[in-house]
Amino acid sequence: MENRTVRVISDNIVSPLGLSSGANWQSVYRGRTCLALHEGLWGLPEPFCASLFDRDSIDGECSGAGLPDGLTFFEKTALLSASAAVRESGIDPSSESVIFIISTTKGNVSLLCEPGEYAPGRETLHASARLIAEHFANPNMPVVVSNACISGLCAQIEAMRAIRSGRYDYAVVTGADCLSPFIVSGFQSFKALSPEPCRPFDLGRKGLNLGEAAATLVFAAEECCSDSAKNSWIAAEGAVRNDANHISGPSRTGEGSFRALQYVMEAVVPEELAFVNVHGTATPYNDEMESIALSRAGLSEVPVCGLKGYFGHTLGAAGVLETIISMKAADEGCIPATAGWRENGVSCPVSVSNECRRTEKKTFVKLLSGFGGCNAAMLYRKGGER
Amino acid sequence: MTIRSYVKLTSDRIVSDRPVPCFSGTGRELLLSAFRASGISYPKFHKMDTLSKAGFLATEILLEGSDGRFVPREDRAVILFNSASSLCDDRHYCKTIADPGNWFPSPAVFVYTLPNIVTGEIAIRNKYYGETCFYVLPEPDPESICRIVSDAFQDRMTSSAICGWVDCTDDDTFEAVVFLVEDCIYEENALHGGGMPWNMENIRTILNK
Repeated sequence: MENRTVRVISDNIVSPLGLSSGANWQSVYRGRTCLALHEGLWGLPEPFCASLFDRDSIDGECSGAGLPDGLTFFEKTALLSASAAVRESGIDPSSESVIFIISTTKGNVSLLCEPGEYAPGRETLHASARLIAEHFANPNMPVVVSNACISGLCAQIEAMRAIRSGRYDYAVVTGADCLSPFIVSGFQSFKALSPEPCRPFDLGRKGLNLGEAAATLVFAAEECCSDSAKNSWIAAEGAVRNDANHISGPSRTGEGSFRALQYVMEAVVPEELAFVNVHGTATPYNDEMESIALSRAGLSEVPVCGLKGYFGHTLGAAGVLETIISMKAADEGCIPATAGWRENGVSCPVSVSNECRRTEKKTFVKLLSGFGGCNAAMLYRKGGER
Repeated sequence: MTIRSYVKLTSDRIVSDRPVPCFSGTGRELLLSAFRASGISYPKFHKMDTLSKAGFLATEILLEGSDGRFVPREDRAVILFNSASSLCDDRHYCKTIADPGNWFPSPAVFVYTLPNIVTGEIAIRNKYYGETCFYVLPEPDPESICRIVSDAFQDRMTSSAICGWVDCTDDDTFEAVVFLVEDCIYEENALHGGGMPWNMENIRTILNK
């Protein structure tokens, strides 16, 4: 069973840039972003630059999609995305052969500060996960991955393993986070936020922007795919590695990212890769660390792209959202432009561009790293076999 | 897969198949007294949040005196589960920033509002470059824990794991049940190690000890 090929059968992104994967990819292709400076929002003492949902329009979408009343904003975005992807996949989400895996860092944490009308306990991550699984009448215990900023890749790796092992045939992976004073304060206390749209890998980068999004990937075992899905994207390899260095600072040697990259590259040569979609938060330390890890893994020549200049850092959604955009881009023969980048500002050579480049290759790597010293890499390829 | 050893540390007791340090009191006092009694020199312990202290100390008891301790390795994963995520620290953080004069608390406070920090603390202490991951479940469900940890051994690098349930609802109420699991078939009369099979029944029994 452990050799089962795991394919992507549907996807969705709900972000301030659009409500489908296609609309989000078109926004990236056209260079659009919703990153903007917000002053006085939520009564916060400092302005911050972020990509935020229009609350009212999400409420409208939820009514239109027939979602139940009484959802928190976080749950609304997650369910909107999951519903769209499940519908497109054609799977029966109430089947025992489907597992729901939710990726989030903070879920409903804003209820701690403003509980509103919600019952105690709604702030737990598993309460939201249960609500999502119950919406689809799924009988299995839903799993939440809360592994800081790499959660979206960890959730996909767990999905891949759960299908490979034969325990499940399908996995619905939804990554979501929404912003609140809690999260903004935390990143401001770290002095990690850029006052302007972020500039990944650029010499003048000043930090990251936060962003809101929900994104969903539905995975299936090869033998459960319809004929039309038999040429779709494959989750080929995935690895999580720790820096074993510091809980809040990246390793100076890129240890965990390097080791995760080395593992997923065992079965391919660098020339096969269309690109590496990096974490690229645009903090001085993160991007420098990634350049070192890429260089150590022998990937300096491979094109690199980062998407935080369009969406900001979408936390628990990032791994899912950025994987989907990478797939859409490669489908169209594109290496996405890295918005905000002008001049290399990392010590190891990396091939970054602020323009869309062409590629015919259908294999790419997604890279993430996060607090707690964790790093993840995943290899995807299209068509053929694992 | 084989459970080589286990530790269950709660607010008022420590149960293990390994030697257990002396302790006094409950809650915070238990953590501090057991840490001191174990003779570990690791000042960073005092900076950790309660979730990390509980997971860290349980792992120290689990690994005390084991062969090759602190030799850097990539083949050991750290995979932990709980139900409260980091809500204990999240509540502290909310109270802190409710005071407008405290909008920028120390970054060291914010970082612990992530549950996976405890896996990083264990990896740093033991020089583990392997997989670290944190999952949140509604309850300590042996089936989910058994499956997810077993699945983690699909990573060809992973040959053993520190895994288990590490939960904290407030600074005096916590539970850390950690297992050392190895990727080898359990043999009853094995010369090396002993232990018991990694299965739902044994996980449930130890969780309920």
